[in-house]
Amino acid sequence: MAGYQRLDLNEVGDVTVVRFRDQKIVEDMNIQELGQELFRLVEADRRDKLLLNFSSVDFLSSAALGKLITLDKKMKVHGGALKLSNIRPEIYEVFAITKLNRLFDIKDDEADALAAF
Amino acid sequence: MPMAEEHWIWRCDCKIANDPGAGRQVLDELLERMNAEHWAQHDVYGVCLAMEEALVNAILHGNRLDADKRVHIDCRLAPELVRIEITDEGDGFDPSTIPNPTDPERLECPSGRGVMLIKAFMSRVWYNAKGNSVVMEKGREKA
Repeated sequence: MAGYQRLDLNEVGDVTVVRFRDQKIVEDMNIQELGQELFRLVEADRRDKLLLNFSSVDFLSSAALGKLITLDKKMKVHGGALKLSNIRPEIYEVFAITKLNRLFDIKDDEADALAAF
Repeated sequence: MPMAEEHWIWRCDCKIANDPGAGRQVLDELLERMNAEHWAQHDVYGVCLAMEEALVNAILHGNRLDADKRVHIDCRLAPELVRIEITDEGDGFDPSTIPNPTDPERLECPSGRGVMLIKAFMSRVWYNAKGNSVVMEKGREKA
């Protein structure tokens, strides 16, 4: 498995738990890299159960949301399941305003999300 | 649009290179000032998000990443109000033509949420007639 610069990965059973190394996901170049790494998880590594744990993230821009939407589409194409957890209230507000809380399966914490696969 | 006279306690009026990193320096200073004036964290977060999104719009969509162009930032802080004006050197756009990204058929479209977030997190937002300049105001959250 090639190295990931923006992500930390952890296997819990058959679920890949993904944590983000950036506290703030705003820089365009970082977001492009982040997108490539997330897409690689699905398309090259063929991981079909992904949990994105946002506990380390305290800021997310709309461009980063775009990458998550594209990831969700790719997961669906490959028949995989994607869940999000540990989203702090301000970031959840961004998901709620944009109604993306209806698109994504968002759980309060990692244990809830793992139990839901 | 007429504005009430404010007692500004801090102002930064500058032209920056067409690069998000340059704008972030101004943003960091504004957030530092807001924290020093004991603004609520939700207000600080909203201003940060709105200014990040507006800078990306100016640099990417307005100036189209043209390194020869500049972005004009005019930020002011009053005890109860933040006012940010961001102007690019592009052709402008008509904000009324932006489709609603929350429409069910557009929900999976990866772009087009920046302007919506700016309006949601700021108290007032308006554009000049050309559409290359946005003014955003945030009133201090009532305790």
